[in-house]
Amino acid sequence: MEVFFQTLVAGILKGSLYALIGMGMTLIMGVMGIINLAHGQLMMVAMYVTFTLHAFFGIDPYLSLVVAMPTLFILGAIIQQWFLNPLMKVESILPENQVLMTVGVGMVLTEVMRFIFTSDYKSVQTSYSKSAWYFWDISVSVPLTIDFFFAVGLTVLLLLFLIKTDTGRAIRATAQDKDAALLMGVDSEKITVITFGLGAALVAAAGTLLIPVYYLFPDIGGPFTRKAFVICVLGGMGSAVGAIFGGMTLGLAEAFGAAYIGMEFEDMIGLIIFILVLLFLPGGFKRLTKV
Amino acid sequence: MRRYLPIICLILLTIFPLVVPNDYYLHLMILVLMWVVIGTAWNLIAGYTGQVSFGDAAFFGTGAYTAGLLTTKLMISPWWGLILGGVTAAILALPFGWICFRLRGAYFALATLALNEVMRHIGTIWESLTNGMVGILIVQTFMSKLPYYYIVLTMAVVSVVSVRLVMRSKWGYYFLSIREDQDAAESLGIDSHFYKMVSLGIAAALTGVAGGFYMNYMGFIDPHVVFSLHDISIMAILVGIVGGVGTIYGPAVGAFIMVAVQELFRTGFFGTLMAAAKSTGSGYFIKIVEYFNMAHVLGFGLLVVLVILFLPNGVVGDWDKILRFLRLKRSEAEA
Repeated sequence: MEVFFQTLVAGILKGSLYALIGMGMTLIMGVMGIINLAHGQLMMVAMYVTFTLHAFFGIDPYLSLVVAMPTLFILGAIIQQWFLNPLMKVESILPENQVLMTVGVGMVLTEVMRFIFTSDYKSVQTSYSKSAWYFWDISVSVPLTIDFFFAVGLTVLLLLFLIKTDTGRAIRATAQDKDAALLMGVDSEKITVITFGLGAALVAAAGTLLIPVYYLFPDIGGPFTRKAFVICVLGGMGSAVGAIFGGMTLGLAEAFGAAYIGMEFEDMIGLIIFILVLLFLPGGFKRLTKV
Repeated sequence: MRRYLPIICLILLTIFPLVVPNDYYLHLMILVLMWVVIGTAWNLIAGYTGQVSFGDAAFFGTGAYTAGLLTTKLMISPWWGLILGGVTAAILALPFGWICFRLRGAYFALATLALNEVMRHIGTIWESLTNGMVGILIVQTFMSKLPYYYIVLTMAVVSVVSVRLVMRSKWGYYFLSIREDQDAAESLGIDSHFYKMVSLGIAAALTGVAGGFYMNYMGFIDPHVVFSLHDISIMAILVGIVGGVGTIYGPAVGAFIMVAVQELFRTGFFGTLMAAAKSTGSGYFIKIVEYFNMAHVLGFGLLVVLVILFLPNGVVGDWDKILRFLRLKRSEAEA
């Protein structure tokens, strides 16, 4: 029973970070209608930004959120403005050209980081990296708890932004119907740039929050890209609320899979869920709740 | 002239080993022809049917493992793997397609990516069957590369001709109609779910055959080689888009260009760069060249970005555009 609760807590903490990753991806998917296959790679870049700040200036990883998020926002905006938007005007047979472009961008990001930081494993050691607090008999990692509150805070901020502000409304309008939004005076090209930047900033936050408890190397992006799309498919593409549920489900499933089936299956569990969702619940949680 | 170009190319390819009796170039040509098979298969499902696959390595690796396991477990000649590899790849692809094609849009692309990863994990974890990371080693049948060359040439010709035949048949028009407008196709009574599966089945079988050949030719496979996302799946996409999506001979041209690019990066323009760097004796220059030799993945990434930005329909699809561009340059120079 103790193992069960321990796993449950670990899964929820992990799930909150997955929700952040998934929300960035699902926003991009909803507004632009493309899968961003460079999502994990953007997170990897953010992790290196945090790592550099810590290694050279001794800045605490949580403090570097204020640097990593804007940096990645700008990087994401650049990718959308100069690499993805031009493709809309080019005539081509495949609609997936933009997706292929994100694959290319992801490869370039990974290799550039490999040049700068080599393939070695890096990690950020902080005084609280390995500390834990106890909740009855369950030990809970301190950094993961802080991560959880940051993740919840950012999620609430994002939802408020989407619901309350004009830009947020414009983003949702573009996601619902691009042409109608355009007719209502929404500059949809600007909105796509903002959305991609926002998605990148969210995944940057997740990366920065992960770094006190995780290791880092250039190829780390790929697995997280796959996790992000499993979350999106679980939650329903384009649904921010769905991504929260999807992230939580994936976090719990991975934690329980690792605890009860075996560590080596941890990476496969997400993919099995993906196939199951396709089989039994195509459209994800969005279909059940209509949000 | 254009009509006879494929035949001229075929004749040139047939006499190539007699003219250039060099094992290194023969090896490169074998790789090119193998990629012609894979690229043509990818083009059928992605270029003609419009369902972009990001996981060709799953079918390629399945074919390769079929050939390898037949030899190590059942003591049958690995050459049976050429046929059976295609069969097992198709057996993998059909239920998979049945699940994925019920949904439209990005799901298929994502699912193929997931399939690729699942297959690699299975290849790694299931050690009693696949030997895990140790891989499978078999003894090659022929010492010389010549038989392999003609076998893979036959395979490439068969795959290009069969895709050409398929595209001229009723099926081909069904595939195209699904790509152009699935709703319109369905309203005309085309069972799009079924025909997408047909297209995927053919493509997977051809890719599996290529995998079986790879096992025979290389004599060694492990999960990270044959189920590789970058080296197989992305390469297959590159072969398709560089050559020309939705053209018969595009993948053949793409295969040639991509293997050449890969080899140029890997060898640093056949060692000339390194020699040049050494001759200047500058330490920085040597360092840069060393980086350059490691940069073939970066080169791939940049190539994807540039090709999609400037030649979205590939060299064959945008051939007129390239010609126009060159002619413009020339006329400007004359004026």
